[in-house]
Amino acid sequence: MSGPLTPSQTVGPFFGVGLPFEAGEQVVDPGSDGAIRIEGQVLDGSGDPVPDALVEVAPPDGKGFGRCRTDVEGAFHFVTVKPGIVKGPSGETQAPHLNITVFARGLLRHLVTRMYFPEDMNANDPVLGLVPPERRPTLIARNDHGVFRFDIRLQGDQETVFFAI
Amino acid sequence: MSDREDPIEPPYLYPDYVGTRLRAPAKPLVRLPTGFHDFPAPLFPRPVADLDHDLTRQHGGEPIGERIIVTGRVVDSDGRPVRNTIVEVWQANAAGRYVDQDDQHPAPLDPNFSGGGRCLTDDQGRYRFTTVKPGAYPWKNHRNAWRPAHIHFSLLGNHFRSRLVTQMYFPGDPLMARDPILQSIPDARGRERLVSCFDPEATVPEWALAYRWDIVLRGREATPFEKET
Repeated sequence: MSGPLTPSQTVGPFFGVGLPFEAGEQVVDPGSDGAIRIEGQVLDGSGDPVPDALVEVAPPDGKGFGRCRTDVEGAFHFVTVKPGIVKGPSGETQAPHLNITVFARGLLRHLVTRMYFPEDMNANDPVLGLVPPERRPTLIARNDHGVFRFDIRLQGDQETVFFAI
Repeated sequence: MSDREDPIEPPYLYPDYVGTRLRAPAKPLVRLPTGFHDFPAPLFPRPVADLDHDLTRQHGGEPIGERIIVTGRVVDSDGRPVRNTIVEVWQANAAGRYVDQDDQHPAPLDPNFSGGGRCLTDDQGRYRFTTVKPGAYPWKNHRNAWRPAHIHFSLLGNHFRSRLVTQMYFPGDPLMARDPILQSIPDARGRERLVSCFDPEATVPEWALAYRWDIVLRGREATPFEKET
């Protein structure tokens, strides 16, 4: 059996009994070497928090997985490690980044974006190079006293760049 | 063809589903060259217990409702089984009520039913759940809006591109034709992919009816041959 792919449908508002798991936001133990904290907020086209989103994080080698439900403020967080540089499909050097996936009521399909790190080798990154310069900042976290801050704006002037899958 | 024109997938913006209006991205998605999303899916980081696939045995007693078996195969777009992959499900109880503090539908909760389960596919890509048939329930999308009975599914698959969250429906449900979430899929073949079929072979006599639902996941974008050239 093959043929047409199975289409996506929204995660809906009631995934709480199915998807979150205990300490899902901890890709690594908070006390482990190199652990970093990422904090962000998911916002809709009015700038209002999205309190029923699910955010997943994975490094580009697939080794590690985190899942966090947003709270009433639309806030999520992860504890993970900063990945190293990775090669692209033709051997290009990609700057360190994390793959971020967003699900929510009102999203009929999930959204995929990337979180890059500030003050890094982003200028030569082949993927950032495909993004219009004025939109690149939406993909780069801010270092806020040691916490990496990465907000996800689903729609609007400062809309986060999302990638076609 | 851009993803937005893909007739099998729903668009992000589908105004009849009111929730999309402020959450759908308005700017075009950025398409990367072939291969940039070809990397392994993460592994599910928690153990799966033997009884996690049986939603009728999570409490002291049996839940109210029509006991059913839901089974099927997970394959990739070339028809190869997707083995040992996590399948997560969640659903309303037989009365159409979720165990969720935000679910305000005045239908009874069932002390013997939580509605969440998970399992791993076997070496042929097969999964199997035992549960009760979920009820339809109202939602406030438009006047007198009711969701058809459905079970939510989440799969990681083998590749990052395989990730899928979707919903399985039941054959013959008259609410499907009026449901903007299902009808957001432009192509009838895509909508039909989400409807399970009654499976008399998998039915257990004197115990449970069965529904079969197969799932086709995206595979790698680049074939190995293309990568070598």
